[in-house]
Amino acid sequence: MIILGIDTATDAVSVALHDGESVLASSEIRSDRQHAEALTPMIDFVCKQAAIELWDVGGIAVDIGPGLFTGMRVGIASAQAIAQVIDVPIIPVTSLDILSAAVHSNCEVIASIVDARRGEVYWSLYRLIDGKRKQVSAPQIGSPELCAVDVLDRGQSTMLVGTGAIKHETEFRERLIPVLPLVEFADDKHSMPLASTLVEIAHERALRGDWVQVDEVSPMYLRAPDAEINWSTRSSQ
Amino acid sequence: MIHVDEATVVLGIESSCDETAAAVVMGGNDVLSSVIATQIEQHARFGGVVPEIASRAHVEAMTPVIRKAISDSGVGFERIDAVAATVGPGLVGALLVGVAAAKSIALALNKPFVGVNHLEAHLYAALLDDPDVEFPMLVVLVSGGNTLLVNMESHGKYSIVGQTIDDAAGEAFDKVARYLGLGHPGGPAIDREAKLGNAQAIEFPRAMLHEGFDLSFSGLKTAVVNYVRKHPDVSTQDVAASFQTAVVDVVVAKAIKAAQHIGAKTVALGGGVAANSLLREHMTSSCAQHGWRLVLPSRAMCTDNAAMIASAGWYRLLQDGPSDLGMGAMPNLKLTDRTN
Repeated sequence: MIILGIDTATDAVSVALHDGESVLASSEIRSDRQHAEALTPMIDFVCKQAAIELWDVGGIAVDIGPGLFTGMRVGIASAQAIAQVIDVPIIPVTSLDILSAAVHSNCEVIASIVDARRGEVYWSLYRLIDGKRKQVSAPQIGSPELCAVDVLDRGQSTMLVGTGAIKHETEFRERLIPVLPLVEFADDKHSMPLASTLVEIAHERALRGDWVQVDEVSPMYLRAPDAEINWSTRSSQ
Repeated sequence: MIHVDEATVVLGIESSCDETAAAVVMGGNDVLSSVIATQIEQHARFGGVVPEIASRAHVEAMTPVIRKAISDSGVGFERIDAVAATVGPGLVGALLVGVAAAKSIALALNKPFVGVNHLEAHLYAALLDDPDVEFPMLVVLVSGGNTLLVNMESHGKYSIVGQTIDDAAGEAFDKVARYLGLGHPGGPAIDREAKLGNAQAIEFPRAMLHEGFDLSFSGLKTAVVNYVRKHPDVSTQDVAASFQTAVVDVVVAKAIKAAQHIGAKTVALGGGVAANSLLREHMTSSCAQHGWRLVLPSRAMCTDNAAMIASAGWYRLLQDGPSDLGMGAMPNLKLTDRTN
């Protein structure tokens, strides 16, 4: 089955096609908040590179975040629109899953950490079990300190990956290195989730029938809209 | 350039503010379907539209709204010849949801995409029931975000004759309704209360009535607040009726002046406030008096909808051809700005 992958959940915009064996074509740019402008022409370009019509696609994989709200929505709305027209299911994958799958490490734990701005990060922890990444903590949002506490709780060698890991590298180093047996930071080129990794994950999930119908996709925000936060603060006073 | 004619079917998508809408329109004015999912209730407790909440709701509603528009139209995706979406003005995060969906559908169908100016689409809403109008046409566009007197010289050719220098007319309705405790949105609430009140009870100011073509509503809103503070026992119905009459008097007077100025053959109303009963009534009698033909869109087509987007998209496609798939949102677009 051919899978089209769309990733616009961070500052990068990327698209890839996977034919069940390997990645047929992919493209990526750092978008500087031009997700909607870049995405549609990129899908067209990647299909042409692979000599594929969108009608040949059997499933659409999309990064549902956490990440940039506006970026996530552009990717999800596009994925849903195409899936609706060509009548195929969607394979939703989190940005944290994609980050963890892109890196190679001998560490026991991989911490995917995405910048959430306002001094916070989104994170989730993964272990390598039987050669597969297994998520061992649910995606969360909080300060880098809280994230470090979560990593320290496991007490294992850890690789940190993602824009949040890079942004708060000094703090993570100070908190983790004195305690853990080994702390590594993934290469910068792995700091953003990319569609070429997304389609690999989606291919494995598709083999298991692990997909959803077009209406069942929802963005993973992890943070309520400001107005609602202010509202609940006011109500509780 | 693609061929565009009476049989060309356009799917329109609208997501600029707090309505997620999709519609299928043939030949620029034959509305095959028009579906609107409103978020009014989600924003009501905040007393106005919250951008992040709007964007989230658009993503949630977009797929089912498009599905219903296609299924109600009686034609399938394969019959769609072009996809139009509002690219601006509006809330950027909200606009992007519709633009991304529309461009993706166009790409999947291998059909043209056309970016539509929301304000221009409001002008086309007036023409949906009545497409064969004589130009020049004065369009009175009164909504929550805009109050414009537009000289439409021909399709795609507009100039602004007058506009509000402060609040939009719909904004004044919303603010006064909120102050009177009538809830959000204010337009329908004031309209309803005003029917039970005496419009002559209070003499509210008619700002700039005799000066130029521009309008102002900020002073009127303040006058209402001051009056109610001084007269706490006043009937809400009387205040609503007197306020509404003051707004309508100004809008109608300016519209007549502008129509005379441009030598209008036709006058049209558009925008959410065009659903107001008193405004419709007074515009009808004034236009009859001056011998102008008045085009009154149905109430459903006055407020935000996607049929007007598909209609404007058809005309843009006919005149200018498709837009680039690299187009994004243009949150600050003006009526006279081109999208292509």
